[in-house]
Amino acid sequence: MFVFTSKMKLLAGSLTLVGLVFLLIGFNTDYSSHADSGDHGAPAQAHAEEAHAAEAHTDDAQATEAPATEAHAAEGHADMAYTAEGHAEAHADMAHASEGHADDAHASDHGHDLSANRPWAAFLVNSIFFLGIGIGTLFFLAIQYAAQVGWSVGLIRVFEAVSMFVGIPILGILFLIATGGMHMHHLWHWMAEGIMDPASPNYDSLIAGKEAYLNVPFFALRTIAYLVIWAGAAFLLRRNSLREDALPQGQNMFFTQRKLAATFIVLYAVTSSTSAWDWVMSVDPHWFSTLFGWYTFAGMFVTAMTVLNLLVMYLRLNNHLPWINENHQHDLSKFMFAFSVFWTYLWFSQYMLIWYSNIPEEVTYYLPRFKGEYKPLFIAMVAMNFLLPILVLISRDAKRIFGFIGLASVFVLAGHWMDHYIMIMPGAVGYSFGFGFAELGGILFYAGLFLWVTLSQLAKVPLRLKNHPMLTESERFQQ
Amino acid sequence: MAHTTESVPLVRAMYHDDDVLISAVKQIRAAGFKISEVYTPFPVHGLDKAMGLKESRIAVAAFMYGLIGLTVAVTLTWYMMVSDWPQNIGGKPNINWAMNMPAFVPILFEMTVFFAAHLMVWTYLVINGLYPGADAKNPDPRTTDDYFMVELPAAKGLIETLQKSGAVEIAEA
Repeated sequence: MFVFTSKMKLLAGSLTLVGLVFLLIGFNTDYSSHADSGDHGAPAQAHAEEAHAAEAHTDDAQATEAPATEAHAAEGHADMAYTAEGHAEAHADMAHASEGHADDAHASDHGHDLSANRPWAAFLVNSIFFLGIGIGTLFFLAIQYAAQVGWSVGLIRVFEAVSMFVGIPILGILFLIATGGMHMHHLWHWMAEGIMDPASPNYDSLIAGKEAYLNVPFFALRTIAYLVIWAGAAFLLRRNSLREDALPQGQNMFFTQRKLAATFIVLYAVTSSTSAWDWVMSVDPHWFSTLFGWYTFAGMFVTAMTVLNLLVMYLRLNNHLPWINENHQHDLSKFMFAFSVFWTYLWFSQYMLIWYSNIPEEVTYYLPRFKGEYKPLFIAMVAMNFLLPILVLISRDAKRIFGFIGLASVFVLAGHWMDHYIMIMPGAVGYSFGFGFAELGGILFYAGLFLWVTLSQLAKVPLRLKNHPMLTESERFQQ
Repeated sequence: MAHTTESVPLVRAMYHDDDVLISAVKQIRAAGFKISEVYTPFPVHGLDKAMGLKESRIAVAAFMYGLIGLTVAVTLTWYMMVSDWPQNIGGKPNINWAMNMPAFVPILFEMTVFFAAHLMVWTYLVINGLYPGADAKNPDPRTTDDYFMVELPAAKGLIETLQKSGAVEIAEA
């Protein structure tokens, strides 16, 4: 039986505490100096400037026109498309409204520029990253029941322990929503004061058109719904699995679990997308991408597979899972490998369609990321999430050797942390990004909590299920 | 490969079930007999390991074939779209290959997969001598339906071992 040793408790506890201290330092740091230099103003403005640069080499005819007019007209047009209700205002006014928004709203809606969002944005990045570990594992656990999987039964306790972590990062996000609702930060720009009010100088007609979905009460309600559904499913799957141990032999509990898992998967099919739109995509409230939910999900799932791989490796090295052999590890590595490729597929699908059509309202998303200061990070991130895991894990033997799995895991975890960082930072803080106490503190804080929750859950019950109908199949897996 | 040309007479044992077959193969090898061939109606997981076969090198070949496909696709797109007859499609830059690369990714991917898959199949067929009109090599057509056959050279004590391992039918040829 696995024991949560005092050494591990000390490690987990001190990680959490050090993380908390770093977070406090991070939240009390003034990040504005970087932005004061002048050229790091509102990203929306930078978008507008670069948008016509992009257009200029696209189309010769357009390039001959005055670039400024072009960008304005394009913005005005985008406006119309968004609201579709047929505003009475003239084009020029609309264009002016969104330009005005770019200048004032982002930069000075609450007295200072976007750099004040940085510790909050960093906390959101870490919440999303660590949420991925919990929710990805919970989804994987549900698949095991819904698809009646045999090989993984010996690992179900590990999946359960990790999925019990799912609620904590959502509580972190709820904290961000509460503070955002109180205007302590405007990480989600649509929360800014007066942005939905036509009389306000902050008015943004594009965002006001989305008020029915993007308002704080509904936003908080949705987040609570995700918390209830996800953490509830994790709790029920765990509780039933523990009850099964006490039951006499039989399949009743297995079929109960199967129904529960199938229900969760249906709910998660919807909530995985909407949660990604809410928490991550609404950081850039003007922009939208229909496959964003799956893209975020793919990143979360591969993060979860990587952490599971590392955790199973750790448990096997310490002889806690004698019934698990390298064939099981091979299968986990296959998932990690396959979903790295799947993530790349979705990343590229999103990128190529936007790159090819080059429509201003869509392409603004990639301008700071692919033309602006985020470019080196962006390229490195894609290489770490695609090329390196492919090259390290493509061979069959590498998927079974701890050294190779560990190496690929480092790339994948760092890469997906950077992926979430690049999703959130440009919209939340513009170009005043960096890596400091706020970012590191969030990582340590959540890593400590993760270790604490997972290891204490692992230590609660024996790691071997007793009455699962496919336990023997799992133990004889390719033996 | 069946050693049908050897002068030593062959023994053929039939089995009804793939799990029985795997445990039988393990028992036969543990008793010190050498298995020349196993015929099965479908691929049996873990049989290669139980028989102690060398690991296949098809994976290395597949990787190489994939690289060849990628190279062909790069050359193809570069020559057709950039070098020989530069084409401006959708206003995308066509000054050099790298600038237009995202548009070529689907082609690069498809050609990589196409080369890897097709050349792998051809390699497999050539190595196994499976060409149109090739003679069937399975000694008993029932192994294409619901029987599993272990074929091995006759030796002392072999029949007893086979009987103990769960063979439903043993024939000497």
